[in-house]
Amino acid sequence: MIKAVFVNLVRFIALVFLQVFLLKNITLYNLSTPYLYILFILLLPFETPNVLLFILAFILGITIDAFYDTPGLHAASCVLLAFVRILFISITVQKDGFDNEPEPTLSIMGLRWFFTYALVLTLFHHFFLFNLEAFNISELQYMIGRVIMSSLFTVFLMLLSGLLFFRRKERK
Amino acid sequence: MRNLLIFITKYNAFFLFVIFEVLSLVIYIKYNSFQKATFINSSNKITGDLYTRVSGFYDYLKLREVNDNLARQNAELRNQLKSSFYVDTLKKHKVTDTIYKQQYEYIVAKVINNSVNRSNNYITIDRGSKEGITKGIGVICDQGIVGKVIYVSDHYAIIQSLLHKDSQFSAMLAKNKEIGYIEWNDRLDPHIAVLKDVSNNAQPKLGELVVTSGYSLFPAGIPIGRISSLQTKTGGFLLNMEVKLSVDFGDLQYVYVVNNKFAHEQAALEAQKKE
Repeated sequence: MIKAVFVNLVRFIALVFLQVFLLKNITLYNLSTPYLYILFILLLPFETPNVLLFILAFILGITIDAFYDTPGLHAASCVLLAFVRILFISITVQKDGFDNEPEPTLSIMGLRWFFTYALVLTLFHHFFLFNLEAFNISELQYMIGRVIMSSLFTVFLMLLSGLLFFRRKERK
Repeated sequence: MRNLLIFITKYNAFFLFVIFEVLSLVIYIKYNSFQKATFINSSNKITGDLYTRVSGFYDYLKLREVNDNLARQNAELRNQLKSSFYVDTLKKHKVTDTIYKQQYEYIVAKVINNSVNRSNNYITIDRGSKEGITKGIGVICDQGIVGKVIYVSDHYAIIQSLLHKDSQFSAMLAKNKEIGYIEWNDRLDPHIAVLKDVSNNAQPKLGELVVTSGYSLFPAGIPIGRISSLQTKTGGFLLNMEVKLSVDFGDLQYVYVVNNKFAHEQAALEAQKKE
């Protein structure tokens, strides 16, 4: 329990720093901007109570907002992300399986499940984020291009970090 | 009643979602206006400090470019020195010239936070009200205009960059002084802006220089960019054209805040007219 709290705290700080000081400056061809920090919400343990999940998502969003000067924008997207996460997990994962599968990481859940999970959640988050930021639908085509390219970039980074911390023993 | 409670606990995720989402959206809509949140932004103590530190680290990576720039500027300034001109009259006397009164004052500041890839971009600098920066004054750099100050704390200030949906500055063609205004376009390209409402008889050419007009926050004649494409459309009185910005916003290091000493006088006079 204490270990899980500690690991998640470290992950929170590391992801916020990585997002704010490195990824914030990265854009490919004006289209693709990675938002890797949502990995924190994706990797929270399965047993996290819903209340705690939403509170953590909100805190993460507002922290990113403080650095991006956009109060509420990332918070709103993160809360939506938390909701989609609950739905996705309740559809795809058996409740009894929680004992031997504590966290939805790449090494535990396998590539196929994790890839779908990351892609669906990232698409929801990015779509909501970019639309809320621009707040008009006059440039819809460009917007959708941005959402898709950014999501691919983000998921790519997620898989990369998943492989980086891959632990073979955990896979059953 | 019991059924209602069961209903709520069964779908607690949805209700929690609604609560937090509404909270976030309220924050977003309330603080996303022109006046920014007073504490959830980067002139707040903690984020400001962190940005200063990280920017101090990044500076090492750009030392060479900054040095080149400074050397070039030094050379330019040296060219303007009195000692670099040949004096061909022997008699010299010093005059305290009362014709000139300083109108624009420049305060140098370092950029500690910057963005170019969002639809509303802001820049944070490490000078604030203690150094004489006030809200609403203009900001330039060596290459051209940067934006205007929208929020000031004691030691930091936030600039609304030219790359912002609400930014609009008076501009003119350098050659024939035709007035228009410059704003950022919808394509979110940090190198291109649009010069709008230039009168139809201006006959602009590709590559022509666009400068500030002196009607807004900046002194006249500060470069903005060069015309990169003419969007010709027939029938209108007014022309729009694309301008390639001379400032590379992604690479801003030092900026100058322009304090127009007579701005208050002008504003007060113009306010009388409206009453």
